[in-house]
Amino acid sequence: MENLVMSKEKLPEMLTEIASKYALFGPIEENGFTSFKQISNSQEINLDYLLSRISPKSLIFQQTETLFTFSKGKEVKVNTLKTDEAKRVIFGIRPCDARGYSILDPVFEGKKEGDYKDPFYTKKRNRSTLIGLSCNKPDVNCFCTSFDDSPASMKNVDILFTDIGEKYLIDIVTEKGKELIENLSNLFSKASEEDGELRKKVEQDAIDTITRHMNTEGVVEKLDKMFDHELWQKTAMRCVGCGICTFLCPTCHCFDMQDEATLKEGARIRVWDSCMYPEYTMHASGHNPRPARMNRVRNRIYHKFNYFPKNDKIFACTGCGRCIDYCPVNIDIIDVIAKVKEVKI
Amino acid sequence: MTENPYQPILATVIDIKEEVSGKRAIKTFKIEFQDEEVKENFSFFPGQTIMISLFGIGECMFAISSSPTEKGYIEVSVMKLGKVTDALHEMSVGDTVGARGPYGNHFDIDGWKKKNLLFIGGGIGQAPLRSLINYCLDNRNDYGNLEVIYGARTSEDICFKEKFDEMQKQQDVDVHLSIDVEEKGWDHFVGFVPTNLQRLNPSPVNTIAITCGPPIMIKFVIQNLLELGFKENQIYTTLEMRMKCGIGICGRCNIGNLYVCKDGPVFSYDQLKDLEGDM
Repeated sequence: MENLVMSKEKLPEMLTEIASKYALFGPIEENGFTSFKQISNSQEINLDYLLSRISPKSLIFQQTETLFTFSKGKEVKVNTLKTDEAKRVIFGIRPCDARGYSILDPVFEGKKEGDYKDPFYTKKRNRSTLIGLSCNKPDVNCFCTSFDDSPASMKNVDILFTDIGEKYLIDIVTEKGKELIENLSNLFSKASEEDGELRKKVEQDAIDTITRHMNTEGVVEKLDKMFDHELWQKTAMRCVGCGICTFLCPTCHCFDMQDEATLKEGARIRVWDSCMYPEYTMHASGHNPRPARMNRVRNRIYHKFNYFPKNDKIFACTGCGRCIDYCPVNIDIIDVIAKVKEVKI
Repeated sequence: MTENPYQPILATVIDIKEEVSGKRAIKTFKIEFQDEEVKENFSFFPGQTIMISLFGIGECMFAISSSPTEKGYIEVSVMKLGKVTDALHEMSVGDTVGARGPYGNHFDIDGWKKKNLLFIGGGIGQAPLRSLINYCLDNRNDYGNLEVIYGARTSEDICFKEKFDEMQKQQDVDVHLSIDVEEKGWDHFVGFVPTNLQRLNPSPVNTIAITCGPPIMIKFVIQNLLELGFKENQIYTTLEMRMKCGIGICGRCNIGNLYVCKDGPVFSYDQLKDLEGDM
């Protein structure tokens, strides 16, 4: 669709207007880390960031979410929750994190007739408009280009903002994006050819700074043949099982469901869970199909690079690099996949 | 009905039968949906599962152990083993639970018509088989020979005892019971289920074998069936895993790329033999 430009000075005005019409979410600075939260005015927003620590998957697939409430005792009743129907705008999401949503969609929205849909995810997802923000300076562990993506990718956003100096170049990607722009006061002007060239240069410069690459060619088939390989034991020996990789990952979607209750009433709550914990698969009988860290580390790698591609035709990795950045023992997923490639079978 | 797939529907426990007492207690709970319309319209196939909620405690997935030919209620047969099952065993007739389902795939009751069916169960693993056996007995003319091999640790641990007694008197089904160790007064086989299977030497001709029990039993039953000449596509089992959502989203019940909750719980050995995964 069309390209617009907006002077950077007008950003606060635009955000304030969006916040008056939509529920606006954006990156804010909190306790030394960036995270995505609902914001009411533009002052809170911090665009001087690369990646939020916790990925914005938390806006759609919440870390904790009440599924329903109930009353117990003599008369048991289950209460359906009213869902929040407000239209949302997620501003400043990075292209890789937006891609995370696209990877999660088939899990929560179902793929074929008869699949269950998760209304908590789908409702939030469908009423969110994504305004992406290109990465001008990717970080040392960024590798989105390994997945045919780019720091200025338009593939998974409705609108993309790219910082081209004094201005933002605005790519309007989808109908939903167009609708949002049309609903705002005209703070924009048409992009010139020069602006377009500048955007291309910014994107190419960003791509050029990415030094890390994951070669996933043939990995699905290779993993089919190395389930019992010693690599998993070796990789797992370093792992401390903290689960940080799963909590920060934009595509990890495992959850637990727990009851919080008093004698009279309660709620069933969904909380993020992690396949890195032994309790995750422990049967009541005491049998555990994944008793050792090796089983759990292997399952995580297989889920992302073998099971997901088999089920949903896509690797469950965006190349955001969070699991590499935050792993306390420096397990590096690029390195693990490189080792998979090296194995001779 | 709500579009929230996690929200259970209220049901009343209308009967509780103690199948096995003691340390490895098993009870069968007969459950009826409170809403007349749901009660009327609820349908399932043998092999499918149901998520039972105890409000304030949690949820567990169980095989439905009654047959779809029994209308108006469902049964689950549950061993007292953890937090939810402990609480379930404390329940009384008239108490309210939640239920959602049915989930998963099921035994191929249409495709197996005219075939001989060999059921091999161990312990509480008989629960999903009970649904299928009762269905076949209620549609007896649709199927060939029916043969049931079942074993438990001791005679006290035998589940659905009365049904086995009844079947043993019937002409149209063969029953072979076993216990693991010798006991006074036991006049059936003593030894493990796979050994009993080997001894009985059933013919694989036009036969489907369906097995469920502890993982170690399933493993050796399949091995022995193959030795008896059963082909991989003649052998079926039904598996269990820890589950939370029951609808293929929460991630934990996978074996390889398959989810037991929605791609299973019924698998043919043909599917399982090439499936590498943690079981």
